[in-house]
Amino acid sequence: MNIDPIRNGIVIDHITAGKGIELYRLLGLESADCSVALITNAASTKTGRKDIIKIDELIDLNTDLLGYVDPGVTVNIIRDGKTTEKRKISLPERFEGVISCRNPRCITSTEQELPQVFRLADPENRVYRCIYCDSKA
Amino acid sequence: MRSLIRISDLSCNDIDRLADTAEDIIASPEKYSHICNGKKLASLFFEPSTRTRLSFEAAMYELGGQVIGFSEAQSSSSAKGESVADTAKVISCYADIIAMRHPKEGAPLVAAMNASVPVINAGDGGHNHPTQTLADLLTIRREKKTFSGLTVGLCGDLKFGRTVHSLIEAMSRYPGNRFVLISPEELKLPSYVKNDFLKKNGIPYMQTSDLDEALPELDILYMTRVQKERFFNEEDYLRLKDSYILTPDKLRSAKDSLCIMHPLPRVNEISTAVDSDPRACYFRQVLNGKYMRMALIKMLLEEARI
Repeated sequence: MNIDPIRNGIVIDHITAGKGIELYRLLGLESADCSVALITNAASTKTGRKDIIKIDELIDLNTDLLGYVDPGVTVNIIRDGKTTEKRKISLPERFEGVISCRNPRCITSTEQELPQVFRLADPENRVYRCIYCDSKA
Repeated sequence: MRSLIRISDLSCNDIDRLADTAEDIIASPEKYSHICNGKKLASLFFEPSTRTRLSFEAAMYELGGQVIGFSEAQSSSSAKGESVADTAKVISCYADIIAMRHPKEGAPLVAAMNASVPVINAGDGGHNHPTQTLADLLTIRREKKTFSGLTVGLCGDLKFGRTVHSLIEAMSRYPGNRFVLISPEELKLPSYVKNDFLKKNGIPYMQTSDLDEALPELDILYMTRVQKERFFNEEDYLRLKDSYILTPDKLRSAKDSLCIMHPLPRVNEISTAVDSDPRACYFRQVLNGKYMRMALIKMLLEEARI
């Protein structure tokens, strides 16, 4: 399968196979103005299978979201056809505006203009907790 | 600007300092009776509370300060739809320090993020109640002379009891403590509390449903109320409630140096016949709460001036 190389854009590589579509939606790429390619089940020497997202423009990416959903992905920045930057994404210490707290007793349930912020409570088990009520994400 | 939202906002050093101040207040109250002259505590109680509110207010008066505020949400602007953030900004214009109780978890944190004066969490739903933990810690220090090397038994509702979680969080920072978790199966300590504070720090603990078996080895017995509303089956509640009534008879096997604590209010989990036992510390614990709140108000106001 051939997809044209990117001249200026972003390649999100090493996405866990099956998570590409989730990331595509969460990153809001459905409504992007540029070409976006989602490749699923690509061959990977490391993991056997992986997903890849190619974005044909240098857009602002929410790397906290990437790290939360699939830590271990790599973000390659392409400029003039060359990879100028390779970022390994890890679990963010905290992230904002990605998900909402589901605890009905949390202050964010009644004061909905408050920013939804989660902090990394247990890196080993990838547990995030709401900064207000400590509920699990 | 430092606030107190959860017990981990205080280091072990801070707690030692607060306990030292509280002890000094107990020894020489006159030294402290004017240190808050001209200062105002805003006592913002968005849900009913008697002991915590009165403890804060008594603490401020005994420091020579004054108190403004309300004791239910109906008499505040939140009834008109004002946000916690706006309330905190407005009250900061009137008071030097805020004590807030709110039914929503995290509300005092939102207040602290928006206030220009220190905020003390006086209880946010079933979440945190750090000044109760300060009362518990001063009681332990006064009764046992140490925070370390103790076998701490926690009995009753370990699942929903916020005071239990905070006490474990606080005591797990001191060396040599071990915990005996005594509860019915339905009210066991949540796994995240075990993981975050006990397993992570390699702190020994055991779980049992048998209070009689655990009692002889305990240095501290922290009783809590088993709450009827938590049970789906009333039969289960009645059976479990009865197994945790502490009586003089049960206490025969306990150490002479045992310290019996309870955050109160009690219902029937400690027989009133235990009250005259010198090991019963729960009313002294209430008084300790006021002294720790005095020490805390003093510390936060001093820090705010720096």
